[in-house]
Amino acid sequence: MEPVRTVRGKAIPLDRPNVDTDQIIPAKHLKRIERSGYGPFAFEAWRAQPDFVLNNPVYDGARILISRQNFGSGSSREHAVWAIQGLGIDALIATSFADIFKGNCFQGGVLTIELADEDIDYLMARAEELPESELVIDLESQSVSTADGSWSRRFEIDPFRKYRLLRGLDDIGMTLAYERDVTAFEEERDDEAYPRTHT
Amino acid sequence: MSEPRTLAGKVWDQHAVPSPLQEEARIAALGGERGAAQGERPDLLYIDLHLVHEVTSAQAFEGLRMAGRSVRRPDLTLATVDHNVPTIGRDQPNPDPVSATQIATLQQNAKEFGVPLFDIFDIRQGIVHIIGPEQGYTQPGMTIVCGDSHTSTHGAFGSLAFGIGTSEVEHVLATQTLRQVRPKMMSVEVTGELGPGVTAKDVILAIIHEIGVHGGIGHIIEYRGPVIQALSMEGRMTVCNMSIEAGARAGLIAPDETTFAYMEDRPQVPAGERWERALDRWSRLATDDGAAFDTEVTVDGSQIVPYVTWGTNPSQSVRVTDRVPDPQGMPTETEREATRRALEYMDLAAGTPIREIRIDRVFLGSCTNGRIEDLRSAARVVSGKHVAEGVRAMVVPGSGLVKQQAEREGLDAVFTRAGFEWRDAGCSMCLGMNPDILLPGERSASTSNRNFEGRQGPGGRTHLVSPEMAAAAAVAGHFVDVREVMSWSR
Repeated sequence: MEPVRTVRGKAIPLDRPNVDTDQIIPAKHLKRIERSGYGPFAFEAWRAQPDFVLNNPVYDGARILISRQNFGSGSSREHAVWAIQGLGIDALIATSFADIFKGNCFQGGVLTIELADEDIDYLMARAEELPESELVIDLESQSVSTADGSWSRRFEIDPFRKYRLLRGLDDIGMTLAYERDVTAFEEERDDEAYPRTHT
Repeated sequence: MSEPRTLAGKVWDQHAVPSPLQEEARIAALGGERGAAQGERPDLLYIDLHLVHEVTSAQAFEGLRMAGRSVRRPDLTLATVDHNVPTIGRDQPNPDPVSATQIATLQQNAKEFGVPLFDIFDIRQGIVHIIGPEQGYTQPGMTIVCGDSHTSTHGAFGSLAFGIGTSEVEHVLATQTLRQVRPKMMSVEVTGELGPGVTAKDVILAIIHEIGVHGGIGHIIEYRGPVIQALSMEGRMTVCNMSIEAGARAGLIAPDETTFAYMEDRPQVPAGERWERALDRWSRLATDDGAAFDTEVTVDGSQIVPYVTWGTNPSQSVRVTDRVPDPQGMPTETEREATRRALEYMDLAAGTPIREIRIDRVFLGSCTNGRIEDLRSAARVVSGKHVAEGVRAMVVPGSGLVKQQAEREGLDAVFTRAGFEWRDAGCSMCLGMNPDILLPGERSASTSNRNFEGRQGPGGRTHLVSPEMAAAAAVAGHFVDVREVMSWSR
């Protein structure tokens, strides 16, 4: 994975709560066995409506998407993250994120930034009124700011996730470093406590 | 005395892998200094059972292949095909070449990596969350994961079970572990006693209505109280299944005599002295008296009645005796707007009595309500009756074995005589992926778990209900209060 340090760009205001992963990428597009190529189908049903915010060319090239509570709810499909990345989005800002989706974003290097309601209100209004204005997200200092420096907030992130994102480390490789401990755990545990699938 | 612990806390503690060897090596490599994330690492959780299906695994196996990695514990891994299989005409070539490739890819990966597979013509094939408990692979106190958000179903046995994404699937395949932040614990206690005709599905819809679709974020829910204890295992699975619909990471229920009676003699459940030792182990899992929960919710079970969703998320529901709500009655502008949008999508007018909503399709099945008990309950409602004119109704058993059992009991004949289609096992119309979908504008009464926009097919409109309510709606052509059309012997 590439290291993630800063994301700077325009922000799309998607002013809806509980945006679910069926909207982000409908199940009929999950039949493929690749990790890429989902961008054209992202928010497919909503993009069929001409006034949907993603159809507004003023947001072309945006790298950030702003939404409300419980973004990414529903299915565990990581295709939702791949679809968002396919749109060129590298960071999401919302009141809260669904747990599995948030984990999937971390895996793909998409930042999920949780802010208070009033901060979301401010950023949402700003993105609507000043669509060309940019935001700057800096992972090291855990801050999201307007590019003109007039507004800034700190966000929280799990220190381990931050450590890994800043260095672009391979999650599996990091865990494999613990292989001797995992083997010791397997050897010590009660062999009867779990069934085997090989019969 | 050690600190009193919750059920989920105990299972977690038993699976957190201590890492003294690696920490020692790390500190030595850093010249004796403690590293940046030292002491801040989330737990490394050992996974006892990894369930795999065709839709979220192909990219994970490909990742292993690219990195030259193998599956660490194929003997703790089980695959099946469920999401993207047709539920009729399986003897014919798959009409969709992209789907055919996805299914063939799992077959190939299972073979290459040595993972056991319940393939499409195996009688044990079925929805991944139905076959685990059915075979007895799902046991109390285990950690279970799957690339599917409804993995929480297995929590009904007192196991810690949760959904993961494809990168995490790859991580578990390679390491049999996951790096996880310990969630908060939520107690949902359901007090009192359910009335006749009120089911586990109504209980979980009532809970989601109460705590909201985001109320469980960051939590594991333990369902407790007399109503939960009185539920069958099938009912408990229905409740735990929809934990994710309240935003929760997982949902579970303490194992008890009901659990053990369901498990005994299933193929993978230990027998003899091993069974006795297992019972002893499992009986110690229940939450200790005085254990602390981060959040506590109480729902009065005696007030629960059959629920019907009217909107586009599972918390947007009302009692069958109520009306479609008015957006103006919602407390915040965001909710008013969300309600307006939902009613527009659902093509419903505020104030419409739920019982006047007419339906086009009925779907009986899914990991929520595709078990034998669900089919029996629905069959009792439709027995001797017929699906209303203009309604297309289908029954999709959750597994090949559920189908076989239902046929032994003659339920297939009850359904087909009533005008239902009787199909092969799979996820079917729950998710709008395989050929079983709603057409644009069609309205369904569905026993599945999600009523999101387009969930059952683009433009389709989904109302979530219990199997009994779906069956009664199929016969009437519109929603009815199942308590009024059935006499319930208790």
